[in-house]
Amino acid sequence: MALMPDLLAQFLQMALVLVLAPLLTGFVRKLKARLLRRRGPSLTQPYRDLLRLLRKEVVLAENASWLFRAAPYLIFATTWVAAALVPTFATGLLYSWSADLIVIIALLGSARFLLALAGLDVGTSFGGIGSSREVMIASLAEPAMLLIAFTVALIAGSTQLSTVAAFMGSPDVGLRVSLGMAAIALVMVAIAENARIPVDNPATHLELTMVHEAMVLEYSGRHLAMIEFASHLKLLLYVSLIACLFAPWGLAEPGAGRGAMAAGVAAWLGKLAAGGALLAAFETATAKMRVFRVPEFLGAALMLGLLATLLMFVSKSL
Amino acid sequence: MIGRAALLLFGVAALLAVGLLGGALRGRPAGRRLVYGMTVVLCGSMAAAALGQLLDAPAAASVAWLPLGLPWQGAHFRLDALSAFFCFVVGVGGAAASLFAIGYGRHETAPGRVLPFYPLFLAAMNLVVLADDAFSFLFSWELMSLSSWALVMAHHQERDNAHAGYVYLVMASFGTLALLLGFGLLAAAGDYTFDAMRGAEHAPSTTLLVLALALLGAGSKAGIVPLHAWLPLAHPAAPSHVSALMSGVMTKVAVYGFIRIAFELGGEPQWASGFLVLLVGGITAVLGVLYALIQHDLKRLLAYHTVENIGIIFIGLGLALAFQSNGLPAAAALALTAALFHVLNHSVFKSLLFFGAGAVLAATGERDMERLGGLIHRMPKTAFAFLAGCIAISALPPLNGFVSEWLTFQAILQSPELPQWALKIMVPAVGAMLALSAALAAACFVKAYGISFLGRPRSDAARQARETDRFSLAAMFGLSGICLAAGILPGFVIDALAPAMQALLGARMPLQAGVDWLSIVPVAAGRSSYNGWLVFAFIALSASLAVLIIHRFASHARRRAPAWDCGSPDPDPATQYTAGSFAQPIRRVYGTWIFAAREVVEMPAPGSVAPARHREILRDLVWDRLYAPVAGAVEYASERLNVLQFLTIRRYLTLVFLALVTLLLVLAIWP
Repeated sequence: MALMPDLLAQFLQMALVLVLAPLLTGFVRKLKARLLRRRGPSLTQPYRDLLRLLRKEVVLAENASWLFRAAPYLIFATTWVAAALVPTFATGLLYSWSADLIVIIALLGSARFLLALAGLDVGTSFGGIGSSREVMIASLAEPAMLLIAFTVALIAGSTQLSTVAAFMGSPDVGLRVSLGMAAIALVMVAIAENARIPVDNPATHLELTMVHEAMVLEYSGRHLAMIEFASHLKLLLYVSLIACLFAPWGLAEPGAGRGAMAAGVAAWLGKLAAGGALLAAFETATAKMRVFRVPEFLGAALMLGLLATLLMFVSKSL
Repeated sequence: MIGRAALLLFGVAALLAVGLLGGALRGRPAGRRLVYGMTVVLCGSMAAAALGQLLDAPAAASVAWLPLGLPWQGAHFRLDALSAFFCFVVGVGGAAASLFAIGYGRHETAPGRVLPFYPLFLAAMNLVVLADDAFSFLFSWELMSLSSWALVMAHHQERDNAHAGYVYLVMASFGTLALLLGFGLLAAAGDYTFDAMRGAEHAPSTTLLVLALALLGAGSKAGIVPLHAWLPLAHPAAPSHVSALMSGVMTKVAVYGFIRIAFELGGEPQWASGFLVLLVGGITAVLGVLYALIQHDLKRLLAYHTVENIGIIFIGLGLALAFQSNGLPAAAALALTAALFHVLNHSVFKSLLFFGAGAVLAATGERDMERLGGLIHRMPKTAFAFLAGCIAISALPPLNGFVSEWLTFQAILQSPELPQWALKIMVPAVGAMLALSAALAAACFVKAYGISFLGRPRSDAARQARETDRFSLAAMFGLSGICLAAGILPGFVIDALAPAMQALLGARMPLQAGVDWLSIVPVAAGRSSYNGWLVFAFIALSASLAVLIIHRFASHARRRAPAWDCGSPDPDPATQYTAGSFAQPIRRVYGTWIFAAREVVEMPAPGSVAPARHREILRDLVWDRLYAPVAGAVEYASERLNVLQFLTIRRYLTLVFLALVTLLLVLAIWP
């Protein structure tokens, strides 16, 4: 059974992203609290929150349809699949070729589509405001993300993340203007997609500027747990994606032994910690912007992505 | 052994006979079932015959000749891989629309205005695809325009429909004129058969001019910006199954015309043609979806969205022209496959969505989304099928719309190899426009579905809606099945399209049948691959796993309660988000420039009891800047020339004499 180790590595990755995603969120929250000179909740608080939500009963609005009940599971599953397809500790996993970077972006798009519909399902004004703003933000963030994908794909000659990561780790890359622009744009998109400050505030409720929290306002119990879990996974996915594209060091190669795998996991944990720390520091230092400033912020990301792609068309070495 | 082209011509003849039958039986309910039942069978068998041609004998073309048309030439027909593919698209679309109409036709108030023309319209579309000489092509093209015009005018008493029909007729004549001139240039030797045009050498300037004329002629029928103005007026005005055919299928027949001329008849492609088509495609995609976003009428939204998809198809065609002109046939095959795949996809999901809109219209009498809502409870099956169509058209995996967009993206990533600077700048810009339109399409269909089917009913009509009949449901679910099948097993579609690429470009995409796990690999395994069914299976598995584990080990208690809405729910459905308010942020981001959007807020003075008012003012700049001046010029000229109507016979004779002398002088001086 030559397939067994490959299959095991793939399932290990699926399990690891699932286990670590709440921890990353807890880590960012803790660090933010420390930066604000609060003690903050424990690192395991997100797990406890999830368990608490899972044990509670679901209170469904009288008008909620089957779509409202099915959406959390589908959103969770889609995000989980997308997160499991990004190389975290190793490249060239068994199913990594079944989807490339464009597919991962589109899978996140599917999850968002369902979430925006779920926000409209009950027919409340808050759900509507959340969905409407979410699709406005996505209408800029998604093209920006695709242009970033174009840039890295043109540099590495592939849209497969494993191939791209291998190329980015090799000395052929060198310093490139386009890569720098793509990195900045990707960070901007990641902030917007994960509903972080300055685009949205993940800690807020009952504020007219909220986006993500307004969409999920009617959810409770296990449904809310699934949606929260999906957003933890999404944060993990973006940090892993940035790490895999712009810091691909320590990734285990295809067919590597257990030692290399363990080193890969350790390197990945280090990258997650660094990414989380940077996010916490950035969020503490910035103020949230008005919702109609967001298009300017994301428009800048879109233009950076376009410029980076254009440079790749002008010369392969830029 | 009778050839497949002849077989399809028999099908066309049978459709014409059904049209006559429809005219005779128009008043009776049995007539409706008979006519639509027969068109289901005929379209289905024609699709099967076309598919057989595509799979069995892809390289060989089947020809037929009839002693009709121009006396010295007759009518030539030919079924090659390209026309077989489009015949298949027409057949599937026609069969689905007819199946839907068996049930939907019950609501028709004037069957006498629909039944005779509907089979005629189907026959004409098949004839366009089969025609192999300019005369038969243009004749069938006109037949297609006129029969669909008659169907648009079926409900001519309704407000705006007469205007829609008039604009459609003017634009259709304009398009045919452009095509007529194009064929005239191609048939310089006087031989109007496509065979002669294929064989002839064309000067580069002729090729470019013919391409521009084909873009005007076929493009106006397909709905490229700025020639789209008639489309969102005419498509929604027809009965819904005809709207589905016009939007889903007739625009594809126009794309066929363009491909036939640009890639085969018009000589060697040039990079400038690729540039032009890319520019038009990109603008069409973005403007189409932005127009769609601000519509409140469900059918009109779908019609505008057709414009967007035509843009995506033309982006693929432009890329293919650019690659082919630079001697990169493999990349051209990828781009053209993406475009043709999108042709198939769009014909399927746009028909599906129009059927859904038709079912809603029949159940509630409403097309205005602001008066719908909550239909997912009252029409659950329609809502499910419509959701499948929305996901597919928004290019989201694992359904089919995503695959063709993914292929187009892969084609864009091939293009840094193009040598021309204009293309090097153009292609990334078009890539950005394509990405933007994909994201906006998702926003547009969140709006369409969320406002019409979700939420609470906004009118009594929506509150009392009932599920539609089983024929309509069968048509919708059949098309949803195709959306899923083509989305998770795209390799088969790509392989079936390969003979058309081989014939047009001399190259094809790599064979997908032998790839492990039924993935698709557009160029090479290291570059990119996508496995639809595996992604689908993973999502289905992990979702079921989550449901299973949670319901087994965690709580499955459930309680119904009033909506929370931050503690202050309002029972009035008017407090929900509306279509207008949903689109407001996007309109604000993009619309100030493109629609010259302005919002006027009138707040009464403190203490005044006058109502506060909020108005939004949107202008269609294409109409204002292009159509209105042309219409004004025509009106001005006709008013000036009006005096000529009231001359004496002596003056008329003088005019005739002067005209004759002038023409003779021109002839004498002409070199």
